[in-house]
Amino acid sequence: MYAQMIQSEASQDDPQKLAEFQARIDADIKIEPRDWMPEGYRKTLIRQIGQHAHSEIVGQLPEGNWITRAPTLERKMILLAKVQDEAGHGLYLYCAAETLGVSRDDLTEQLLSGKMKYSSIFNYPTLTWADIGAVGWLVDGAAIMNQVPLQRTSYGPYSRAMIRICKEESFHQRQGFDIMMKMAQGTEAQRRMAQDALNRFWYPSLMMFGPSDAESVHSTQNMAWKIKMNTNDELRQKFVDQTVPQAEFLGLTVPDENLAWNEEKGGYDFSEPDWSEFFDVLKGNGPCNTERLEARNKAWDDGAWVREGLLAHAEKKRARKTAAE
Amino acid sequence: MDQDKTQLTEFLLRMGDNALILGHRTSEWCGHAPVLEEDIALANTALDLMGQTQLWLTYAAEVMGDGKTADDLAFLRDVWDFRNLLLVELPNGDFGQTLMRQFLFDAFQSIHLPRLAKSSDPRVAEIAEKASKEAAYHVERSADTVVGLGDGTEESHNRMQAALDRLWPYIGEMFASDPVDAAMAEAGIAPDPANLRTEYDALVGRVLAEATLTVPESTFAHKGGRTGQTHTEHLGHLLTQMQWLQRAYPGATW
Repeated sequence: MYAQMIQSEASQDDPQKLAEFQARIDADIKIEPRDWMPEGYRKTLIRQIGQHAHSEIVGQLPEGNWITRAPTLERKMILLAKVQDEAGHGLYLYCAAETLGVSRDDLTEQLLSGKMKYSSIFNYPTLTWADIGAVGWLVDGAAIMNQVPLQRTSYGPYSRAMIRICKEESFHQRQGFDIMMKMAQGTEAQRRMAQDALNRFWYPSLMMFGPSDAESVHSTQNMAWKIKMNTNDELRQKFVDQTVPQAEFLGLTVPDENLAWNEEKGGYDFSEPDWSEFFDVLKGNGPCNTERLEARNKAWDDGAWVREGLLAHAEKKRARKTAAE
Repeated sequence: MDQDKTQLTEFLLRMGDNALILGHRTSEWCGHAPVLEEDIALANTALDLMGQTQLWLTYAAEVMGDGKTADDLAFLRDVWDFRNLLLVELPNGDFGQTLMRQFLFDAFQSIHLPRLAKSSDPRVAEIAEKASKEAAYHVERSADTVVGLGDGTEESHNRMQAALDRLWPYIGEMFASDPVDAAMAEAGIAPDPANLRTEYDALVGRVLAEATLTVPESTFAHKGGRTGQTHTEHLGHLLTQMQWLQRAYPGATW
């Protein structure tokens, strides 16, 4: 779940057109780039897809942090492949956003200036190797909860991007769980590392779904447009219900004293994360916000001469070709 | 270990260590490249190189026959045991230097590996067959980038020329034959690298000319990496990072 708190835009379009548009969505007919769409739908989608794309890009950093320290050749390859997939996801998503009339460079500039956000989760540090396991298991696990239903989202290019992404994400989640398993069955130090990673990543993972939006008008509009498929609380509950038995299987303890099975609702009762921490992270005060944006800005600035050089070469080539013709 | 095995091991370590150390250096770029497509391409290159590492070092460990694994060789040897070219252990520098190094290495691989694919040693032939396909793709890509940046803006040109000047003294080591190479050539396992220089110079010369870059005149060559006689100061720092978990938690499985 890489898009959080997406506000919908009010639409001031022709009621007749709006009604026809809504009828198509209700009939599960995909909206394609050339189709008429309300301005609010377009803007909301740009915001959501853009934020998701940025999350994939920034998300390379906490995991990339461990590529050079991965403990075996195989683990190094798996992690490299995973981070490469994430860059690829970013690319599909930017392409999907471009069909809505915004360029990748525009979106990038907005990320770098802090105008657009990326998921709060990537502002937490990866301190030990177990964190790489926890990111795969919990963070990708939470992402999948949201992305699987989004395969049915109303906007065609977004839906198709999600179908490709989901295939790869489930592999990511499995490799994360596999790392945790090795750690949990390993030495005393490895078990401590695994528990510590769960302790630090549990609540930030719950925050990925965003605060309760059952009463939110934005959520209602986005759900009617099938840009959002479930409420945040539904997804969070599903995530907890799926993850707690996995933690038990690993012999790890979820850091929540209030965690208890509720027979009546058929799910776990659990503690809410500290939402004031969440809002601090969104405001830029998470443990790694500054480093993440600095790293992305540095990559972009240091790479300017490369982009300009390649562009200049492409233009020279084109000019030479034209001259030859 | 008999003499033949010692020399074969030495050869396999040279192949594996080049892939390992360059793969490591390339992977340092992950998430920091100038443009998203380059992030993907660099990760892909690193991934290919790590895959090659695993094949070469697994075979090296088997020939050594003392129960070690490819991971033991990668994570538990110290600097003096490594047999990679000095070129690949140098720090990345800017993107231009990284891509120039990649090209200079890929060009060698693209000539060396197809010959190894005809090796008298079937395992060497099998690994080289797979790796040569990757090398063919890598050299195409890195050559394109070197040309694009060399013949791009004034700044990109100057940076690429500086990268070439910086790296050129590390090329000669690729072709500096020693008794291990002689033994490999004798057994039909691998070509004598000294014999590949003409073809290499032609390939590199063609690409650098297209990139509007000037090949440095100096023929001086830094050596010592592939024989293990001496490495740069940089390799120790690289290993400190790469081997840290295995060293800090001995005997753990991951």
